[in-house]
Amino acid sequence: MTIKAQLNRIRQLPALSYAARWVLTTNHKDIGTMYLWLSFTLFFAAGAMAMIIRAELFQPGLQLTDPNFYNQMVTLHGLIMVFGVVMPAFVGLANWMIPLMIGAPDMALPRLNNFSFWILPFAFSLLLSTLFMEGGAPNFGWTFYAPLSTTYGPPSTDFFVFGIHLMGISSVLGAINIIVTILNLRAPGMTLMKMPLFVWTWLITAFLLVMVMPVLAAVVTMVLTDRHFDTSFFSAAGGGDPVMFQHIFWFFGHPEVYILILPSFGIASQIIPTFARKKLFGYHSMVYATASIAILSFVVWGHHMFTTGMPLFGELFFMYATMLIAVPTGVKVFNWVATLWRGSITYETPMLFALGFVVLFSIGGFSGLMLAIVPADFQYHDTFFVVAHFHYVLYPGAIFGTMAAVYYWLPKWTGHMYDERLGRIHFWSAFIAVNLTFFPMHFSGLAGMPRRVVDYSIVFTDFNMVSSIGAWLLGLTQVLFLYIVIKTIRGGEPATGRVWESAQGLEWTVPSPAPLHTFESPPDFEREYAREYRA
Amino acid sequence: MSEAPRYFVPHSSAWPIAGSLALFVTAFGAANLIQQSTDKVETTGDFGAPILTLGLLMLAGMMIGWFATVIRESQKGLVSDLLDQSYRMAMFWFIISEVMFFAAFFGALFYARIISVPWLAGAGNNLQTHLLLWPDFADTWPLFRTPGGNTAEPMAAWGLPFINTVILVTSSVTVTFAHWALKKDHRKFLLAWLAITVVLGLTFIGLQAVEYVEAYTELGLDLGSGIYGSTFFILTGFHGAHVTIGTIMLAVMLLRCAGGHFTPDNHFAFEAVTWYWHFVDVIWLFLFTFVYWF
Repeated sequence: MTIKAQLNRIRQLPALSYAARWVLTTNHKDIGTMYLWLSFTLFFAAGAMAMIIRAELFQPGLQLTDPNFYNQMVTLHGLIMVFGVVMPAFVGLANWMIPLMIGAPDMALPRLNNFSFWILPFAFSLLLSTLFMEGGAPNFGWTFYAPLSTTYGPPSTDFFVFGIHLMGISSVLGAINIIVTILNLRAPGMTLMKMPLFVWTWLITAFLLVMVMPVLAAVVTMVLTDRHFDTSFFSAAGGGDPVMFQHIFWFFGHPEVYILILPSFGIASQIIPTFARKKLFGYHSMVYATASIAILSFVVWGHHMFTTGMPLFGELFFMYATMLIAVPTGVKVFNWVATLWRGSITYETPMLFALGFVVLFSIGGFSGLMLAIVPADFQYHDTFFVVAHFHYVLYPGAIFGTMAAVYYWLPKWTGHMYDERLGRIHFWSAFIAVNLTFFPMHFSGLAGMPRRVVDYSIVFTDFNMVSSIGAWLLGLTQVLFLYIVIKTIRGGEPATGRVWESAQGLEWTVPSPAPLHTFESPPDFEREYAREYRA
Repeated sequence: MSEAPRYFVPHSSAWPIAGSLALFVTAFGAANLIQQSTDKVETTGDFGAPILTLGLLMLAGMMIGWFATVIRESQKGLVSDLLDQSYRMAMFWFIISEVMFFAAFFGALFYARIISVPWLAGAGNNLQTHLLLWPDFADTWPLFRTPGGNTAEPMAAWGLPFINTVILVTSSVTVTFAHWALKKDHRKFLLAWLAITVVLGLTFIGLQAVEYVEAYTELGLDLGSGIYGSTFFILTGFHGAHVTIGTIMLAVMLLRCAGGHFTPDNHFAFEAVTWYWHFVDVIWLFLFTFVYWF
């Protein structure tokens, strides 16, 4: 027997061929599934860290953790939630849905797609391994400000730097693939302005990723050289400036914030018309608003740094530019509400999450507007008010958006309907818990409770107790979510191809569950589009 | 070209997982090597270098294997016009991402020159900072004396750097001549112009090395010479690394051309390399202007 034949025999062993299917796959649905499971796994890992944080903050004083470990938890919670949960979840949804929505057989570069995914488990292994290193994991917050990460960073900082590099490579390659897929593989007849909004928001998100992930790579590289090779980028004694770190980091960081939310905008824009049984109100303005938000995101980074002693001109510029973002965001919220106006609304779980997203994200948007006002920000800066603000845009924004998407498309993925009753219980408990957790932080923050500190003044105890109870409840609701997802995968009422009575778009023209290969020849887009605009 | 399937969805591939593993080994080795070869953190052992070497070898092996697969597909005529267009778009956006990588370092350079150095010398409303911290510090660029007192001589623009500019701009022209020759199927001219381009690339890298030696030994200019040295070496260093990668890619194109690959109307790999080469050339023009000249 030749070596080749022997290798082939080994490959056909059941366990190996199962593993090989997932490891070697070039299929966008397989890769999408892997992204979503990776995200879900890390969601529980980073969620567990949040539970530790909330347990520690249940009462003032030091209970469970020493301050250094607390800082490590805060850092890893942020890093993993941003890079390991929200981004992979959106990329997973993009992988699954974009080819289906634009009528393409797969992503444009399927092998590169698999590469983008498989870098991530390695990157997060590297990042999580820092917990077991001498001196502990990174403890400087996900923003790794110099000199906390340069002069005072623990030895594991270097592994963190390379972990970020790996994530960056994955994101840039993934984003390039998504852009090329959208621009090049649309079904004949689907012009840019006929694309579903989820596709539009992802196109813009991918553009942001290509633009800013390299900047993150550059700034971690400068942290590395400042740590080990005597460079002075972030050291005033050499003519550099620690504040320069913040400028470069936030030039990445602010577009990154929109990377974490724009796909959710797209998801809401898919779901709300379906369950309001109306055409999306203001499609064109939705596209222009998303593009405006993306462009503005490049000129507002300074609003993270109002208290660093910027010149007055800088403060004013960044304040006005930031407030300007409220205009396109307001357009979007208006359009969602106008879509609901006089609709025949039903409240299935995806719709509940989408509506919860619109309402709670708006609260986060308003607190963002408060933070944009320079003199007010001097008061709010580095308090729990900021924590409340960005958790309101991220949890009910990015995470609720993802959950809405999972409930909306899960029947398409698995061929089964999820348990509607459990889905509603999941939504309402998550909705209550999210507010219970994060709303009191507005008050403790306005009253002056600093963020990222392990201990606090006794006067903030009540607020923190409520937050902690809410957080544990929120953690529990996600276990229910896991149960619902697994239950749906294993069985349930069979789903039709269309799934939702007024769902529109090419993804609903294929059977449920979607076969491994779809649209091997381009679909008849005009027919589906005509159906869409019949209403 | 026309018999290629409209959509080409390749079968399962082992290169992505091999590449991910290679990147992981490389990253793990590099982090350990850096810790073990500098004195900033306490370390034991010296396994970083061999692991990094292994990782880089794996990475090289993966790239050779992966690219070989793609080349074979192209030679078999599996690349449809649609896929060709996908490759073109992907290369374009990859170069955009590279531009942004350099943009961040240029941002650091401009920040230092326009903001942090003048402020340390008391510009704007920073007189107190200046007087309290480093009252003797003066705002100059190139910064030959840091607030902390490190001194170095700046690199002059009109010596080696200018010669290198001429070399790189010339190489961008010669690679275009090679492209024209390929389009007209003049194989001899193609090989000649491409070989000249590779030689120019190698000359550039060699002269950069000479310049670095001069900086370290004669000018006292090194990574520790404050923000001028930091921006100088990070910009020229990453640019040099990109020229090296570009030269390797050009050399591969030379071998493929010698092996009879490419036709006058189907040679995207060649074009992608020329795009990349023009990109490193344009970056250099910015470098020459803002790092060396002004």
